[in-house]
Amino acid sequence: MQRIINDPDNVVDDAIKGYLHASPSLFAATDHSRVLKYPDSPSDKVGIVTGGGSGHEPAFLGYIGAGMCDAVAIGEIFSSPTADAFLEAFRSAPHEQGVACLYGNYAGDNMNVKMAKQMAEMDDIEVKTVIARDDVASAPASERDKRRGVAGEVMMWKIGGAAAARGDSLDEVIRLAQKAVDACSSIGVGLSSCTIPANGKPNFSIEPGHMELGIGHHGEPGIEVAPLTSAEAIATAMCDPVLSDQDFAGSEVAVLISGLGATPVMELNILYAHIAERLEDAGIRVHRTDIGNYFTSLEMMGATLTLMKLDDELKPLLDAPARSLAITQC
Amino acid sequence: MQVLDATHGRDILEELVEVIVDNRQYLSDVDGAIGDGDHGINMAKGFRLCGESVAGQSLSLSKALGTLATTLMGSIGGSMGPLYGSLFMGMAKSTKDKNVLDAKDFGEMLASGREALEQISDAKVGDKCLLDTLVPTIERYRDAVESGDDFSQALQALRNGAQDGRDSTLDLEAKIGRAARLGERSRGHLDAGAVSCCLLLIRLADSTENRLEKAAA
Repeated sequence: MQRIINDPDNVVDDAIKGYLHASPSLFAATDHSRVLKYPDSPSDKVGIVTGGGSGHEPAFLGYIGAGMCDAVAIGEIFSSPTADAFLEAFRSAPHEQGVACLYGNYAGDNMNVKMAKQMAEMDDIEVKTVIARDDVASAPASERDKRRGVAGEVMMWKIGGAAAARGDSLDEVIRLAQKAVDACSSIGVGLSSCTIPANGKPNFSIEPGHMELGIGHHGEPGIEVAPLTSAEAIATAMCDPVLSDQDFAGSEVAVLISGLGATPVMELNILYAHIAERLEDAGIRVHRTDIGNYFTSLEMMGATLTLMKLDDELKPLLDAPARSLAITQC
Repeated sequence: MQVLDATHGRDILEELVEVIVDNRQYLSDVDGAIGDGDHGINMAKGFRLCGESVAGQSLSLSKALGTLATTLMGSIGGSMGPLYGSLFMGMAKSTKDKNVLDAKDFGEMLASGREALEQISDAKVGDKCLLDTLVPTIERYRDAVESGDDFSQALQALRNGAQDGRDSTLDLEAKIGRAARLGERSRGHLDAGAVSCCLLLIRLADSTENRLEKAAA
């Protein structure tokens, strides 16, 4: 392993120290070592909490800040945070108007959030949830409740965060965050595996010269292993299942291209050039495109494509100001 | 009639900690075939922390299991924190005011753990998970008690049930957890949760049997 670490069992805590040193205006420690909060959240708004396993940086902590999430629960690598951590995140976020917990559909996260929510009731903190299920490769549209949450979560945080920042009620924040998730269709492609430092060996394998379409954020197997040819072929393979998932034709969309950790950003742009052509051919208008490492999988090579169908309600929220590690806009 | 003196909580707990810590690498290896390969790491971390927190204390079985539950829920996260946490919490609740446990109380303790676990998870027998070990174990134990076996004999039925349950996961296709994404490819491998559950139940049976005594008349 060629990694910049100390004890492989302590990588999460060691990384949190770095984030706290680097960005004191975005991150403040809390009573729980695995919970960080945005220090300047107004107390009279709906709180936005997220959380998940580590190894996806800048997710999840990179999405706390102004106009975004207020507190984050941080798990071990690829493993849900504890219920205690989610509970402390609910307490650390503004909670007088209730808390919206916006996270992805994974068994561990579901259980820990459920338990934390029950514990929060004893503190009289009202918590409602939206669970992202945007990965089209993880289950067919008819079984949407089984789908994993991937980079569409970024859209959910942005929309939910902007709605809370302008003073929307808890129910309204939840409605809009759910609408954002429902408007997203995503797919990933993996070109190489990744290694959890404490394990020391790759989590799975992708043969050289191959790519896995539909791969999950933890290396969950995709829908097809195919020869690795060109960026153009990858773009086509990614666009087909996404474009057939919802009726995007004639509508306006936001596009998010995220690297999985080890793919150069330059290559993400090579990929996007072909995706943009496909969208144009399909009669889809692109309102905005964001390209970079927004939701990664340690040092996996590959990328995800997320398409979000916009309307007059979602567009201003997506474009509203935000300041966080991963998304900052005026 | 044979009974377990419930004041031996810490000793029994320390033996449960030991079996998980001793099998840290084995559990991770089992998990590595179809999962993340971190089951042993996470379980050993949670159990070790619990062992350290109760060192030197005198605890009832209920208190010991309750401490294990809160430590697992508070320290290991993932799926195993809530699953094992609720299992042990359910067991702790059912033994709360008991100074001694007879064979029937012991069965009720296991059933109460299962009930708590099923409240937090939709997992079922056949999903390739720890319930595949837990449920047949509880049923075999209960059947043994109902058919008139004594505590020791029922504990042997429990051990057999745990092993058979664990082994049943070999041919199952995973329906939940990360291995579910593998579908057919998950066959031919044991489920790590079913393996750790088997280790724990067998050690619990051993620890209990070693401490059985004749009830005071």
